[in-house]
Amino acid sequence: MPAFVRYLAPLLAFLALAALLYKGLSLDPHKVPSPLIDKPAPAFSLPLLKDPGKTLSADELRGKVWLLNVWATWCVSCRAEHPVLMQLAASGKVPVYGLNYKDKREAALRWLQRYGNPYTANAFDADGRVGIDWGVYGTPETFIIDKEGVIRHKHIGPITPEVLRSEIYPIVEKLERAG
Amino acid sequence: MKNTVRVLLLGICLAVMPPVHAGLEVFDFGGKVDEQRYKDLIGELRCLVCQNQSLADSDAELAHDLRKEVYELMAQGKSNDEIIEFLVDRYGDFVLYKPPVKPSTWALWYGPFALLLVGVLVLARTVRQRHRQADPELSEEERRRLKKILGEDGEGSGSA
Repeated sequence: MPAFVRYLAPLLAFLALAALLYKGLSLDPHKVPSPLIDKPAPAFSLPLLKDPGKTLSADELRGKVWLLNVWATWCVSCRAEHPVLMQLAASGKVPVYGLNYKDKREAALRWLQRYGNPYTANAFDADGRVGIDWGVYGTPETFIIDKEGVIRHKHIGPITPEVLRSEIYPIVEKLERAG
Repeated sequence: MKNTVRVLLLGICLAVMPPVHAGLEVFDFGGKVDEQRYKDLIGELRCLVCQNQSLADSDAELAHDLRKEVYELMAQGKSNDEIIEFLVDRYGDFVLYKPPVKPSTWALWYGPFALLLVGVLVLARTVRQRHRQADPELSEEERRRLKKILGEDGEGSGSA
């Protein structure tokens, strides 16, 4: 074995390991990939937040691209995300539906009154049962569902203006174009 | 007197101390649901919120809900595999402390053995090389020189 190979091999091995570990450092272990991507959105039928007499179901939303935003008034980062959702709703690019997760109805209604309501409608998931079906483990979480009712994307954590621009809008536009 | 103080202190400590299992739900294990099976199952499932705790250990809100879900699925007569499948379908392999063997986890399962094999090969090579160095073969030229030196020293024996 030529000498330079003998000396280079450990160096290369070290660099490969360093690159691997460096990549590991930049990953967020709290972002667990969802097995629901590219699967049909779990069916649900829940009372509306504003009007418990009426229901919202995933089936009604077939035929359009929509967002499901999981939120709660006890969720601190939801508060941080809220202005961005307002901006998203104002853009009119895609309807945002809310899943009000394990919350109190009065608190949620007060929140929407005080900070504004970016949601086309809100489903009220008091016991979090629908949240389990959607694999929700931390709010806020946002799903993008295509016209066939298939989940195409999940964003974990608050949507920032940057996420809106580089993630949400491009995906929504692509799904809108896809027939 | 001293004992009275001790007993009093102990009493105060016990009164102030929150019960350790305050977070655990009360389930009825009298019927169809086997308590040991339930405990084993939630012990091997991982909570997604506090990621280094099992569902059994975690006091996160989600862990409460999932424990309830597991209990209810057991009450419906679901098997362990069915319950695990239910959770994996929703939360992914992450809920398992023991990930399944599949192409994406081959590196995880077999990587250590591959590294061990590499180590053994390197070790074998090194040992062989050292062995060769310790017992070097003389070249023709060296042999002649050695003979000459030994010859000059009077057959190379007895002089030392």
